[in-house]
Amino acid sequence: MKIKVERRGEISPKKRFVYLILSLIIGFLIGGLIFLFKGINPFYALQKIFVGSFGSIYGWKETITKAIPLMLCGIGLTLAFKGKFWNIGADGQLLFGALLATWIGLSLGKTYPAFVVLPLMFVGGFISGAFWGIIPAIMKVKLGINEVITTLMLNYIAEQFIQYLVYGPWKGKTQYGFPYTDNFSASATLPVIKGTRIHYPTLIIGIILAILIYIFIMKTKTGYEIRVIGENPEAAKYAGINFLKTTIIMMAISGGIAGLAGVGEVAGIHHHLTTPTQISSGYGYTAIIVAWLARLNPLVVILSSIFFGGILVGGDTIQTSMGLPFATINIFNGLILISVISINFFLEYKISIKR
Amino acid sequence: MKPKRRNTLHSQGGKKIELLEMKNIYKKFPGVIANDNVNLDVEGGEIHALLGENGAGKTTLMNILYGIYQPDRGEIYINGKKVTIRSPRDAIELGIGMVHQHFMLIPTHTVAENISLGFKEAPFFYPTRVIEERICDFTDRYGLKINPRAKILQLSAGEQQRVEIIKTLFRGASLLILDEPTSVLTPQETEELFSILKRLVEEKHSVIFITHKLEEVMEISDRVTVLRKGKVIATVKTKDTSKKELARMMVGREVIFQLERKKIEKGEEVLKVKDLFVENDRGLMAVKGVSFNVHKNEIFGIAGVAGNGQRELVEAITGLRRVKSGKAEILNVDVTNSSPKRIGDIGVAHIPEERIRFGIVPNLSVYENAVLRDYYHEPFSKGSFLNYPYIKEHTKKLVREFSIDTPSIETPVKLLSGGNIQKLILAREISTKSNLIIAAHPTYGLDVAATEYIRKLLLKKREEGAAILLVSEDLEEIFELSDRIAVMFEGKFMGIAPREKTSLQDIGLMMAGSKTLEEKDED
Repeated sequence: MKIKVERRGEISPKKRFVYLILSLIIGFLIGGLIFLFKGINPFYALQKIFVGSFGSIYGWKETITKAIPLMLCGIGLTLAFKGKFWNIGADGQLLFGALLATWIGLSLGKTYPAFVVLPLMFVGGFISGAFWGIIPAIMKVKLGINEVITTLMLNYIAEQFIQYLVYGPWKGKTQYGFPYTDNFSASATLPVIKGTRIHYPTLIIGIILAILIYIFIMKTKTGYEIRVIGENPEAAKYAGINFLKTTIIMMAISGGIAGLAGVGEVAGIHHHLTTPTQISSGYGYTAIIVAWLARLNPLVVILSSIFFGGILVGGDTIQTSMGLPFATINIFNGLILISVISINFFLEYKISIKR
Repeated sequence: MKPKRRNTLHSQGGKKIELLEMKNIYKKFPGVIANDNVNLDVEGGEIHALLGENGAGKTTLMNILYGIYQPDRGEIYINGKKVTIRSPRDAIELGIGMVHQHFMLIPTHTVAENISLGFKEAPFFYPTRVIEERICDFTDRYGLKINPRAKILQLSAGEQQRVEIIKTLFRGASLLILDEPTSVLTPQETEELFSILKRLVEEKHSVIFITHKLEEVMEISDRVTVLRKGKVIATVKTKDTSKKELARMMVGREVIFQLERKKIEKGEEVLKVKDLFVENDRGLMAVKGVSFNVHKNEIFGIAGVAGNGQRELVEAITGLRRVKSGKAEILNVDVTNSSPKRIGDIGVAHIPEERIRFGIVPNLSVYENAVLRDYYHEPFSKGSFLNYPYIKEHTKKLVREFSIDTPSIETPVKLLSGGNIQKLILAREISTKSNLIIAAHPTYGLDVAATEYIRKLLLKKREEGAAILLVSEDLEEIFELSDRIAVMFEGKFMGIAPREKTSLQDIGLMMAGSKTLEEKDED
């Protein structure tokens, strides 16, 4: 028996789509094994997940709520990944966005009206998320330090810093000792669709940004430069593209958008800053899968973020109804990511077995 | 079948390959039939040239013989017995050895260490001691002169090639496949290689010699098989054929050997380089005080074996590498350490070496690659946005004018052939920049037709008033195109001379660093 591996020619979009769906199914099947180990029928568990998230009005409300931060982080990541900048730090960038937004919300919320405070919170969140994204950009271009390590480490720094603030200097006087800051006043709180937790201004920003980033990547000079750097850095050098400038712009936008997600979480859901696990629950990491599933197309991120929002909600459902730890759903997500990424190999190469 | 291993080194393999036959070899890759029912037979003691253009299927056929690819159909017979070759290991067992175009040696290890690597009979302790003795044995028998204790990185390309040949002989090869072996050699080194090959075949070794150079076929081979588009056109005895006939078989039409080259007076100075010092990536001085000028209507050729500072020189002039000291001026503008964009804007076209690595973005479309060096200014962009309608129109024009063979302008460039990629790069560069054209190895690895096209184009640009700096290892190309020739060796020019006042022999000696030339030049 011998196995032959051969490169395929051009791949049609239809084939790409079929393989994508196939990879999801494979991911689900492998993920289902986890439930099997727990003695639960995997098909029953999968059904629970999807009924919990997409099977009812309540499920949809929660799914969209969770999709908002995933969408924003995912849009930012498509940009960084197009430039082959492996930004694992969306979570930290999100937290930093939440941080400055909280400060603005707390200091201005009592004196200024919402139409002043909320835009400032978004701008502030974008700036601080961008700041957290620019650090690894500079370290990579100027010092040659691998961005996977720096972005990941910066996540921990952001987490610990917020942990320190909410347990220490920022701990609210009205929160009975809980690790929360004081609650935001009404003018620092985002409106929601009635009867849901969907803070729609953030959702609208997400959809608009998906379109803008798509245009940015495909139609602008900087977007072109980012793609050239990502696809062939040697050619980018030959073309005279400025790596430092381009990488900084790219990561400022990528981190900034993740920062907006942080603003949404504190101003739309919690109405105060609290522990990092409460604010993010790993959105920045799940968004990596969201971006890849969308094949780095920001418009498709809108759909893939809703899909993964649903899986997170379904995860909550099986957590309560089956008594499984929430980590189960993280493992499940990870397996889907591996499946989605490895299908690329089967897309590019044909494998045949001869006897 | 396992050949007897004992005493391999002295008897050169228990078994000699008296006759190798490849029958009806068929191999298909996506979208292309690389080998279409190819038949090839090689006898013991002959040098068999495999001639064809790039993409003709020579390398595929040899990779099948060496077990790297499996054929879809077809059989291989050795001494009349059918064999299956599943991997290079099988090929080596059968007595087939291959010397690749790019050497597979470890630079920081010595010759003996490299040879002992993967050599099964090397004793566990002090393997190199035994091997050193045996290397000396080869030196005596075949003229394979080499110091077993030298580190690979100290060796010239020719010497490294000898190490590769010795490596295959150590493993008991009786049939050697050499893939474009002369592409990295100076003319003198080529001569030495040929005499080594002659002595090998005297001892009944056989050699398959892959090449697209007709002179070499005529000089060294006993028989020649011509491949074109995956098919065997003919197998002929070398003494019964001519260069012209072979060229016709290879290309499928008549080939002009002498390009028309108008006599033309050179114009004003365009590029002025003075006392240029440039470091390489390792921080060592690679260009050590080079000075020269290139004029309008002139092609200035820089010959030399790769790695003697040519790359660093070109990168310094085009703004890709910092100049340590010295000066470069283009059209009286000081461009020392200017940005590549600024230098491009003065009208400097740059055709980079290793075109796929430096010159294009393989996954982007033809039209996005067509503006790689111009995207940032009008009319290719407006404000922050790229002007895609204009870019596409421009690209369509280039594709037409330069007859670039592509399914569409949306096709990713990686799917184009080497020749068409190079045409696209030339089109991109020359269409918007034509004061100074810097071309590094512009025809390297291209087929005869594309090579002819590109050389003609450079000559045409010369007539139209461009100053051209040509860097090439291909001496034929240097002589065919250049008005003046400089030879670069270890970071310095060994001399600059008008083409008429020098010879291939002189240039070859200068390339090896063993001759300098008095400045016969009037500049």
